Amino acid sequence: MSRAMKRREFLKVSLAGTGLVLAVSAGAFPVDASSEVKEKVVTSGITWIPNVWIRMTPDNVVTFLMNKSEMGQGTWTSLAMAAADELDADWKDVRVEASPVTDAYKDPLFGMQITGGSTGVRHMYDPMRNAGAVGREMLIKTAAREWKVPAGECWTDKGKVVHEKTGKSMTYGELCVKAAQIPVPQKVQLKRRENFRFIGTSVPRLDTPGKVNGMGVFGLDVFVPGMLYSALARPSVFGAKLASVEKDAAEKTPGVRQVVIIPDGVAVVADTIEAAWKGRSALKVTWQGGDLPNLDDAAVERMLAEHMKKKGLVAKNVGNAEEALKKASRRMEAMYSLPYIAHAQMEPQNCTADVRKETCEIWCPTQFQTAVLGVAMKETGLPADKVNIHTTQLGGGFGGRAEVKVVTEAVRISKAVGKPVKHIWSRPEDFKNDFYRPGSLHRMEAGLDGNGQLMVWRHKVVVSPIMERVLPALVKDGIDPTTIEGIVDMEYSLANQHTEYVRLDSPIPVGFWRSVGNSGNTFAVESFIDEVAHATGKDPLAFRLGMLKDHPRAARLLKKVAEAGGWGTPLPKGCGRGIAQRFCFGSYTAQLAEVSVDKETGVITVRKMVAAFDCGQVVNPDSVVAQIEGATVMGLSTALKEKITFAKGGVATSNFSDYEILTMSEVPEIEVHIITNNDKMGGVGEPGLPPVIPAVANAVFAAAGIRLRSLPMSPDVVRKALAQAASKA
Amino acid sequence: MLELIINGNRHKADVDPGANLLWVIREHLRLLGTKFGCGEGVCGACTIHLDGEAVRSCQLTAGDAVGKAITTIEGIPQDHPVKKAWIEEQVPQCGYCQPGQMMEAAAFLAKNSHPTQEEIVQAMDDVLCRCGTYPRILKAIKKAALAGGAK
Repeated sequence: MSRAMKRREFLKVSLAGTGLVLAVSAGAFPVDASSEVKEKVVTSGITWIPNVWIRMTPDNVVTFLMNKSEMGQGTWTSLAMAAADELDADWKDVRVEASPVTDAYKDPLFGMQITGGSTGVRHMYDPMRNAGAVGREMLIKTAAREWKVPAGECWTDKGKVVHEKTGKSMTYGELCVKAAQIPVPQKVQLKRRENFRFIGTSVPRLDTPGKVNGMGVFGLDVFVPGMLYSALARPSVFGAKLASVEKDAAEKTPGVRQVVIIPDGVAVVADTIEAAWKGRSALKVTWQGGDLPNLDDAAVERMLAEHMKKKGLVAKNVGNAEEALKKASRRMEAMYSLPYIAHAQMEPQNCTADVRKETCEIWCPTQFQTAVLGVAMKETGLPADKVNIHTTQLGGGFGGRAEVKVVTEAVRISKAVGKPVKHIWSRPEDFKNDFYRPGSLHRMEAGLDGNGQLMVWRHKVVVSPIMERVLPALVKDGIDPTTIEGIVDMEYSLANQHTEYVRLDSPIPVGFWRSVGNSGNTFAVESFIDEVAHATGKDPLAFRLGMLKDHPRAARLLKKVAEAGGWGTPLPKGCGRGIAQRFCFGSYTAQLAEVSVDKETGVITVRKMVAAFDCGQVVNPDSVVAQIEGATVMGLSTALKEKITFAKGGVATSNFSDYEILTMSEVPEIEVHIITNNDKMGGVGEPGLPPVIPAVANAVFAAAGIRLRSLPMSPDVVRKALAQAASKA
Repeated sequence: MLELIINGNRHKADVDPGANLLWVIREHLRLLGTKFGCGEGVCGACTIHLDGEAVRSCQLTAGDAVGKAITTIEGIPQDHPVKKAWIEEQVPQCGYCQPGQMMEAAAFLAKNSHPTQEEIVQAMDDVLCRCGTYPRILKAIKKAALAGGAK
């Protein structure tokens, strides 16, 4: 079966059509055609213009190629809207599909193909609009040439070029093959905002019908002819190495084809995934060594506390915090801590790889195609043009699919057996091999002057770095930006501010998790600000507003949630409201939580959440609302429930039974206010999350008078805090 | 060789009666809408109907389903009130858990065509969604109920 045929089976769409492929790169164009385009050039016999964002065929279908991964954010629809608006396409003819993985499809600002940092629409909006506008102009010129009329007299209308004077009209499908002969314009006029047809409206998502009918193709839904399944036995202790393995019983398991040793462990390759798992259970493997064989929850706590005693690197130093703290008429100090948490995306990690002598083909739900390519090249020794990567739909990502551990394993196993292999992690493997949102410890100090004005803020954080491993070029002077985001750039104006970072040296792998450093740091900052506000006797809202002169947009959102959430109005006994805000990924969010605390059981019930969000220009309002709803639910889940547990040198957590996430009965009414304006476009996927957690903690304080400084805010933690408060009183 | 009745069609599968029903449906019969999420019956992504009851296919064997009517997401008609409501409310984000959510909802509405919000929440409370689409799932089920979800 040819490569093209296999791809067709995978995508379940016919790629047999021919037509126009448009050349528009993010910056200068044209750029080299991708291998896939070249392949089509050969098979179609039509002169193509290199570098594709748009493919048009005589049946009027317009396909936009997406270099960003769709993991639920709605990016594909928003980017298609941007291109379709400029192209003046008929929406019913618009399709989207994952782009190939070649240099032409790198994010122009990152120089890599990656979906992360809430940049999907932000980075690709202009290139996609430009691509659409170029297409439209070429189609107009084609029609003008056909009709022998000036191009300036032609116009477009929903997938057609029209010439009013003669009443002539041709569809894009009729024009597209000939349009391929028109030179690519070097500069095009983009639409004015008031002429947008799609941008700024809640166009239903293109991927919804397929997902509702069970037809979405996720990584696990990939089938390749002759494919086998693989399961890998790994050590349970971080850093342990293979000592010995008895393969006999595994090899005799019905359906098992081969047992191979790869650097990551012992792989069982079989006809079915069930046989692979059975075979793996039959292996007798002994491991030796390990980084910290006695690692457990208590050891993690000790490790964080020990590191807090160390001197760290100064990440920010404004004014003189030391002096200001000495002079302060009131000084406050508190320790905050956060647990390691998992991505727990619903589709377990998986990758299908077919490594042959001359080629390597990979199908996977990935956020980081450039890293997948790098792994494939390194493991196979093949050049980039011999590696063909297909991005499937992602059954959730949240940063976890920026990791390529599963890809590395799949490529190594396929290479070892010389056959295509679908490599699947079971749910326990997914929990135990994640790159977690790092646990962290925070020492917070604040100093107030005689008037209750906050004059100094000192924040020392102990946390493991992420970029050192993933993108080391971003580490500056030993400081990983993910460790201090949300601290050094806090929104409040302060005369004296000091931030110290202690690098936590730990074997626990950490990675990007929705909003990255902000998810933990904002909990510490926005909770402690609340403590300071209460200490001064000021209203937490008024206190914040008084310090937000540099961030009027944050102030506006806080006022919005306060007004919509009934801030200051009476509540039943045992209930309280809390607020918090954060500016990250180019967007502002404020969250108001209304909670009740059951003093008997310690159960926190979130009664209502009110979010206000300002990401500047909005492409698809309903998609933005959906992201804020989702971020709010995920934030509540981590606030109340989530924590990875460790034992015997590794991860103890194994499934959703011991890593509970929020369920429907725990989800309150969520009210989302989107503030639309013409400010620079900000990110959408991540920024809604960070303020959720401190808003809840602040509401718990208002409701029950207890300040919860560690997560999750589980019933046992609440009961302990209530008991402590009662014994003090 | 086993015979399974799925979505009204007879399928022959060359599997052991002890083979896991989820993987038989997915990998042998290639009905891919039924998803693997946890393998322990706790997430609900693999929910199907067995003689009209919502069940977790990852907890059953193929043998358990012989002679029974299996319905998967592919067997729910396009114009089913649940599917229509899911599209109208724009429920899915990543979409991975949604077939399971819809199968649970369809079986529930078939038994309780005029549910209260509490009854919906109780019925849906053990089907997990990491994207946090729960508020929209709730709205969609209410809408489907009004549109005659028992259909």
